[in-house]
Amino acid sequence: MSTVDIKPEYKPEGVEGAGFFATSLDKVVGLARANSLWPLPFATSCCGIEFMATMASHYDLSRFGSERLSFSPRQADLLMVMGTISKKLAPVLRQVYEQMAEPKWVLSMGACASSGGIFDTYSVLQGIDRVIPVDVYIPGCPPRPEQVLDGILRIQELSKNESLRMRNSPEYKAKLALYGIE
Amino acid sequence: MTKQAESNQTTESEKVYNIINLGPTHPATHGIFQNILKMDGEIIMDAEPTVGYIHRAFEKIAEHRPYNQITPLTDRLNYCSSPINNMGWHMTVEKLIGCEVPKRAQYMRVIIMELSRIADHVICTTIIGQDTGATTGFLYFFQMREKIYEIFEEICGARLTTNIGRIGGMERDFSETAWKKLDIFMKEFPEYLSEFQNLIERNRIFMDRTIDCGPISAERALAYGFTGPNLRAAGVDYDIRVAMPYSSYEDFEFNIPVGQNGDTYDRFMVRIQEMWESLSIIRQAVEKMPEGPFHADVPEFYLPNKEDVYSKMEALIFHFKIVMGETDVPKGEVYHSVEGGNGELGFYLVSDGGRAPYRLHFRRPCFIYYQAYPEMIINGLLSDAILTLSSLNVIAGELDA
Amino acid sequence: MVSNEMTIQLKEKIETLLKEKFPNAVLNVSVEYDFPVFEIEKNAMLDVITFLKNAPETGFGFLTTMAGLHYPDNADKEFGMMYQLHKLETNERIRLKVFTSKNDLKIPSLTHLWPTANWMERQEYDFFGFNFTGHPNLVRILNMDEMNYFPLRKEYPLEDGSRDDKNDKMFGR
Repeated sequence: MSTVDIKPEYKPEGVEGAGFFATSLDKVVGLARANSLWPLPFATSCCGIEFMATMASHYDLSRFGSERLSFSPRQADLLMVMGTISKKLAPVLRQVYEQMAEPKWVLSMGACASSGGIFDTYSVLQGIDRVIPVDVYIPGCPPRPEQVLDGILRIQELSKNESLRMRNSPEYKAKLALYGIE
Repeated sequence: MTKQAESNQTTESEKVYNIINLGPTHPATHGIFQNILKMDGEIIMDAEPTVGYIHRAFEKIAEHRPYNQITPLTDRLNYCSSPINNMGWHMTVEKLIGCEVPKRAQYMRVIIMELSRIADHVICTTIIGQDTGATTGFLYFFQMREKIYEIFEEICGARLTTNIGRIGGMERDFSETAWKKLDIFMKEFPEYLSEFQNLIERNRIFMDRTIDCGPISAERALAYGFTGPNLRAAGVDYDIRVAMPYSSYEDFEFNIPVGQNGDTYDRFMVRIQEMWESLSIIRQAVEKMPEGPFHADVPEFYLPNKEDVYSKMEALIFHFKIVMGETDVPKGEVYHSVEGGNGELGFYLVSDGGRAPYRLHFRRPCFIYYQAYPEMIINGLLSDAILTLSSLNVIAGELDA
Repeated sequence: MVSNEMTIQLKEKIETLLKEKFPNAVLNVSVEYDFPVFEIEKNAMLDVITFLKNAPETGFGFLTTMAGLHYPDNADKEFGMMYQLHKLETNERIRLKVFTSKNDLKIPSLTHLWPTANWMERQEYDFFGFNFTGHPNLVRILNMDEMNYFPLRKEYPLEDGSRDDKNDKMFGR
């Protein structure tokens, strides 16, 4: 288990004085990114219904700056994979991931997306991390909306602490190369 | 005639069609469906649906799992109304083993099934609203679904994939809080439903968008094997709860709403009216709730109390047998159907006496009626096709098994 | 056996009708719980079902479902199809079964009687490999086109072969 301390009212470290606040560019960009994530809901099954509950008024994902769903992969920052991905669908998922512009994060919601879940069968992909890299996994079948919110907060935490050069780094390219993505 | 003019004429006489790929991840299709559409401008000339994008092999898994482990599978068929699927499966096995469930458990099941029918219809009706541009209805009415989830949580501990009930009855009696929450729900729901209804059903934009959108005649609907609200919208009053009553549905007074044209508006209205009927069934069941045990006396299938397992030999043996899937079941084949959120959900179970079914076939209403989709959208507009799809309430889990 | 009066009456009614009309077609008749079950000779199947659908005295106008069956040990009757018909007016239901050998998986298609048979038959083709003669578009429906076996046959495993984490180490053995 990770021990990330999630602070909703986050202020980066910096120098503060009367009428000014100075910090590094990374942190400002991270702050802006984290609080305006545009998720692409790749909802296939049961988890998609719980995602609808997360979006609806009771749990209200918009409190965290993510109410603007981007159904086009071109503008999306966060790929939320919710539900079973079958072998027939795997190429589609991969294509959607490749179409997304950097920086991009992937959230795998639920047991099926993370590991195939209870469906260890001939037709189901045993976890989406076999075709695309995943940043945050949410356990549960399906996870409760609170867990989804927690997952999104963890993605925000990742994006806040990411260096601006990370996406150009050889480590990142090597990670993508593992999945055969240029 | 010059050459130039000639070639112009041929391009004019040859119609140019556009091929549009609607799906599998199209924003307007709620779920993973692909339709390759041949378009003449905005008119659909031909459609070729592809399904199977979340095929999970339920029927094969079921051949490898003991009977009580199949209930979680049924959750994931039509996940908008999991408890109906759970109950349908329990009743199938109860029919096979010849087990009579006590009245109280049957009434409890009726309450749960009707609650989940409401939950299912809430999704479908609000999504029709959403697709016609009325997001308010979705955000407002979805709160009621949360209330239903809270009741389910109180009864079984889960929200969506409930695994509710057991073979032979219910796993536990309703708690005090569950009754309280049910009371609050019965008081609040009519307000929400009538407000949602008033907001949408006579709205000029909504009516213009949905009336005569994706219609199907009763005759074609029957030929395509339609059941449930979509068949009733076409004017056929076939409802399993009345035709083949199960779980004491014969004890309750309710109407079967039917439509006339089988278009999107009728499908919407049938679902709205069914919610009123479901509410009335829940009220009757709560009023008439008999006293008595909440499960049948079938120790071979119904898990014993945990205290008994620790202190009594017999309970320990049965517990072990159930958990390890060593229970003897009779040989035979049985078909049982329930009125699911989308129609006749049937379970065809062949048992050879082994620990797992020899063959289990699900009659999945979505799979059967979705094949009529091309016929319903051809010669219509693309935007009508989207509405037709959401009003059919095709659930990917049930479609692809 | 739970089988009430009406099921037995229905069974007898249909049995007499079928035996009169198709003397050699009915191989076996039984009552399984609340369903009369008729095993039909494969070659006569299409005629029997057409009769059951169209004749006024039967009029089973609704095809509820169909399912493939696989019994690897039944010699010459390894594969079977189950059909369930429903007469909505009187609420009568029957089940028909047809068996065929593994060397000859040809079964007549019902697509011209009911359009709903189209996808149902494609599904059973996908699962078991039945060859429905007369089907307009007999291709796989749920699985990928590249799949080279019929997964619901008893000899094929349930699990995905590509997993390597389900070894003994995972279970502490």
